[in-house]
Amino acid sequence: MAKRIDVSGLTAYYGSHKAIEDISMTVEPRSVTAFIGPSGCGKSTFLRTLNRMHEVTAGGRVEGKVLLDDEDLYGQGIDPVSVRREVGMVFQRPNPFPTMSIFDNVAAGLRLNGNYKKSELGDIVEKSLKGANLWNEVKDRLNKPGSGLSGGQQQRLCIARAIAVEPNVLLMDEPCSALDPISTLAIEDLIGELKERFTIVIVTHNMQQAARVSDRTAFFNLSAVGQPGKLIEIDETERIFSNPSVQATEDYISGRFG
Amino acid sequence: MSTAVADKRPSSTLRGASLPKWSPYAIAVGSVAVAAGIGLAAGLDSRIQWGLIAAILFVLGTYVISARVEGRRQAKDRVATSLVWVAFLLALLPLVSLVWTTVSRGVKVLDVYFLTHSMGLISDTEPGGGIYHAIIGSLEQVGLATVIAAPIGVLTAIYLVEYGRGNLARSVTFFVDVMTGIPSIVAGLFILSIMLMFDMQPFGFAGSLALAILMMPVVVRSTEEMLKLVPNELREASLALGVPKWRTILKVVLPTSIGGITTGIMLAVARIAGETAPVLLLVWGNSLINSNPFEGAQQSLPLYIYQQYQNSQGSGAAYDRAWAAALTLIAFVMILNLVARGIARWKAPKTGR
Repeated sequence: MAKRIDVSGLTAYYGSHKAIEDISMTVEPRSVTAFIGPSGCGKSTFLRTLNRMHEVTAGGRVEGKVLLDDEDLYGQGIDPVSVRREVGMVFQRPNPFPTMSIFDNVAAGLRLNGNYKKSELGDIVEKSLKGANLWNEVKDRLNKPGSGLSGGQQQRLCIARAIAVEPNVLLMDEPCSALDPISTLAIEDLIGELKERFTIVIVTHNMQQAARVSDRTAFFNLSAVGQPGKLIEIDETERIFSNPSVQATEDYISGRFG
Repeated sequence: MSTAVADKRPSSTLRGASLPKWSPYAIAVGSVAVAAGIGLAAGLDSRIQWGLIAAILFVLGTYVISARVEGRRQAKDRVATSLVWVAFLLALLPLVSLVWTTVSRGVKVLDVYFLTHSMGLISDTEPGGGIYHAIIGSLEQVGLATVIAAPIGVLTAIYLVEYGRGNLARSVTFFVDVMTGIPSIVAGLFILSIMLMFDMQPFGFAGSLALAILMMPVVVRSTEEMLKLVPNELREASLALGVPKWRTILKVVLPTSIGGITTGIMLAVARIAGETAPVLLLVWGNSLINSNPFEGAQQSLPLYIYQQYQNSQGSGAAYDRAWAAALTLIAFVMILNLVARGIARWKAPKTGR
């Protein structure tokens, strides 16, 4: 199920603008890896290169290698659509499909891909919603529109939608930044449960959150505005927050930045 | 007494003197009365002059009274409000007048007989007859035009919003803009020149082609705007689930915007339903029922109205029929609009718990 990601020499562009430069790292399976760093340092861009969502943006292109268990995502003949089925994504703002009910939202990935058995669909939806800790709250109103849920519930609905297609890796782009502390706690607990089954990568601006949920933490930085973002260091979360090997990391974490 | 006492108290900086709620109505009634007085005294015949004087008096009166009581800032606010009201009433005037004239003159001969008979047995100057042939013609020509223009228009818009990059997309946008400006008679002449090349006689479908040319850019424009309203996050959410782009467009983007797209198509239909010039050139008009749009001259509602007036030779019966046909046409467009609104509401993304 969960797969390892090996990135080497990855550089991403928006048109002629270089957004991130020469990033290499390993993301271990069945663990949570957190990306921290100032705004504009390319964390989200890097995250989006991991399931080939970067090239959806106009002018987006990538150089370098991303190995998913020894298979290069940017290799010859790789279909980005199949990549995205293996590497799921949860976005910053909850974005359930407004025309679909709660049930249809969770089933969307399977239905739109067309590879499912009708008899299994109900079970998969129930399993996914239970996996996202949302089942008890919505089991009586599966046919109601997903947009009627609260923000935190909507985000968990999006997580259920992402895990319903059984990806190997789950990318989360600041999944809690639009949520209140209680909903954030619910999502963080959920991340702890999900890492048993998936490889999880999470971008966050909240350093306490990175410290709470992640096993490993990567710090990104950029030397100046307009310069490409770079990976400064990646290490065990405890090491990063107690005794980082680079001065810039310590400055950022302790708030002595800039 | 009490007001005098209240005035002496150190007044709140947040509360100022204000006119009572009914004051705008009072000023409106007052200015209408004064305008009527002026009109009678000066012997002005035209009610339009009376109305204009009343409107000017209303705006000026609002400013003067409000400036004296409330101060200049509130006075300006009230003048802006009253200008909006005056503009609203001015815009409403032609609409109400048009609807009133059409309804009052149109109901005279509008009945089931009128809707179910053609002009086959009577000449244009005699009473009787009906518009059945024109309704059939209009429905077929407009229906065929929609069948041609709506898919092409929607697909073009999808290309422009979802796929279009670079020069091709820019030139498509440019030519859609040019097409929006084509006068309907030019579209008619274009099809007519092709018809003459092949030595063809007028028939309904030729009119449909010209109407489709007129309809296409309108559909493209409105659909484009509707597709742009679909949040990019929804597209990304679907793509991130491993859904191919074409399925994302088909199953997420279009369902989200289908209400608006339908409204746009219906408005485009309403626009071409009233076109006379290309129909006159290409379909000719026919006083008999011809339900085959691919052979022989047909009738259509706007053309029927025009020809009834033209061939009336002063006959009141022809005028009555023309007004009744106009009323039918307005009702037809109105029903289309209501249907479009209904679909838009029914298909709109749902909220609520």
